[in-house]
Amino acid sequence: MNTMDNHSQSAAVRARGIVKSFGTGDTQVTVLKGIDLDIYLGELLLLVGESGGGKTTLLSAIAGILDIDAGDIDVLGVPLSALPAGRRTQFRGQTMGFIYQQFNLLPALTAAENVAVPLLIQGIGRAEALRRARILLDRVGLGERAEFLPKNLSGGQQQRVAIARALVNEPRLLICDEPTAALDGPNGQKIMELLRDVGRSPDRCVIVVTHDSRIFHFGDRMANLTDGRIVGIERIGQEGTV
Amino acid sequence: MNYVALKMLFGDRAKYLMLLCGLTFAVMLIVQQGSIFWGLMMWSQANISNLNVPIWVTDPGIAQVDEVKPIASTGVDRVRSVDGVEWAVPLYKGLLRARLADGDYHQITLTGLESATLIGRPAQILEGRFEDILQPDAVVLDQWAVERMGGPTVVKVGTIFELNDKLARVVAIAKTQKSFTNIPVVYTTYERAMRYVPRERRILSYVLAKAKDGVPVEDVVQRIRAQTGLGAFTEEEFGWKTIMWVLKNTGIGINFGTTILLGFIVGMAIAGQTFYLFTVENLRQFGALKAMGASTFTLARMILLQAFTVGLTGYGVGIGLATVFGFLTASGGNLPFAETWQLLLMVLAALLAICTFSALISIIKLARLEPAIVFR
Repeated sequence: MNTMDNHSQSAAVRARGIVKSFGTGDTQVTVLKGIDLDIYLGELLLLVGESGGGKTTLLSAIAGILDIDAGDIDVLGVPLSALPAGRRTQFRGQTMGFIYQQFNLLPALTAAENVAVPLLIQGIGRAEALRRARILLDRVGLGERAEFLPKNLSGGQQQRVAIARALVNEPRLLICDEPTAALDGPNGQKIMELLRDVGRSPDRCVIVVTHDSRIFHFGDRMANLTDGRIVGIERIGQEGTV
Repeated sequence: MNYVALKMLFGDRAKYLMLLCGLTFAVMLIVQQGSIFWGLMMWSQANISNLNVPIWVTDPGIAQVDEVKPIASTGVDRVRSVDGVEWAVPLYKGLLRARLADGDYHQITLTGLESATLIGRPAQILEGRFEDILQPDAVVLDQWAVERMGGPTVVKVGTIFELNDKLARVVAIAKTQKSFTNIPVVYTTYERAMRYVPRERRILSYVLAKAKDGVPVEDVVQRIRAQTGLGAFTEEEFGWKTIMWVLKNTGIGINFGTTILLGFIVGMAIAGQTFYLFTVENLRQFGALKAMGASTFTLARMILLQAFTVGLTGYGVGIGLATVFGFLTASGGNLPFAETWQLLLMVLAALLAICTFSALISIIKLARLEPAIVFR
């Protein structure tokens, strides 16, 4: 099956022949078995498939936080797999944002401080970072809760803080791992609306790993990853039909 | 990121307090035991420092100040004749038994000072006048003698007792540093000391001397050794000689060293383990920071900042507690406690070693951390 859709937009991620194994000898398990995948700017790609199929591993490889055994990954025109680790970390900090299933907010920091963290990592001063963080929190509807600690926010609010954090350094590639898994239906829908808006920006793209069929209609395309292989990529209709 | 590091540290209050307690305990234990140890060493050379003279001359085979090896009485003139010596006076020092009016016996150290100058006299007098020592049968006691010989109701100015069946009358009480053996010290003149002690061929214990102004004391000490064949030491040399003798012959160094080492190891174990746990429990957060672009170097800096912040806080609190302990228990000079800047500097170095060790095991963990952990 052709796993590279014909697409008029330029590719944000171009993966070719990705192979990744874990363990050695008899216990070695090959999780990615030659993945070819293009993801384009201005789209929200859903990555679906059975548990253990390799979705999170592929996501980690695209993010450059997991070394692959074979293949090439270009992100925004940069050959990520060829970059040295330090340069890759720097590139990731400048171009990517992350949203996790468990939010991974720092419990000791307020919502605004959590959002400011990526800017602080980039070396931006605390006052400026917090100013920009508050603007982002306003955008996700949490301006009044900027000084709240994560433990005093609901799950949906925490995920919105995580989205603000992922967006604060204006990343061109947003990587989301089960962003609605810890949320109820209405909150999940709100989060996906936010992500869809980001994905529609012509110079950005969003990759979402999910099992949640209630949010499929937010995607532009859906890639099915099963047993380490892309077994299908389908465009999702405006009505949300696959 | 320093701000984030500190907020992470203070945010986990339970772990922070546990870390702080561990390091505070380690610092307090090391400072307290170190101060007591050094206080004891100061006591061991109290019979030198209490006399406060720059040069001590005696038998060359002398091991420590309380081990008297008498020399010929001509020693005083021989030292006086050495070029660069400003003055030289005799000192008698020896053990005797004092018999109180109630028939009770106490061993005392009799110290005989040259009557013309009273060089070696204690600087501080608590009661009476030291100059009255020149009166017939007069002696001066140190405050520890009063304490050991029955207290101020039994022994005071005017008290009469016997030394070797001869009369001694207390005319003053002097304040001195307690000695390691805590044997009461009875001061009198050199000439009167000769009357109190049994006849011996050699009776001169020490010659106390001073170098002329502008002449290095070490040079004069060398000349005395060369010209007289006697053992000559600066006050500091003789003090160290005595301290080294005590360390070698009493096992005190090993005992205190063991406790101090235990404090160091316990501090390192508690701090290392707690800090490691702190890091492990925050691995996902550190992984998230790494995924967001924080380098291992940045994370290492954060860990070091956290370790040194809690370490230096523990250092301050630990020293404070040890100082309060010293103030409460040793302020009257009853317990040995000498908290010196050298000791505090050494404890700081030990603490920094503990913090570095604690931080390093966490940094190694973080260096090996795959940021992909955040997706699991």
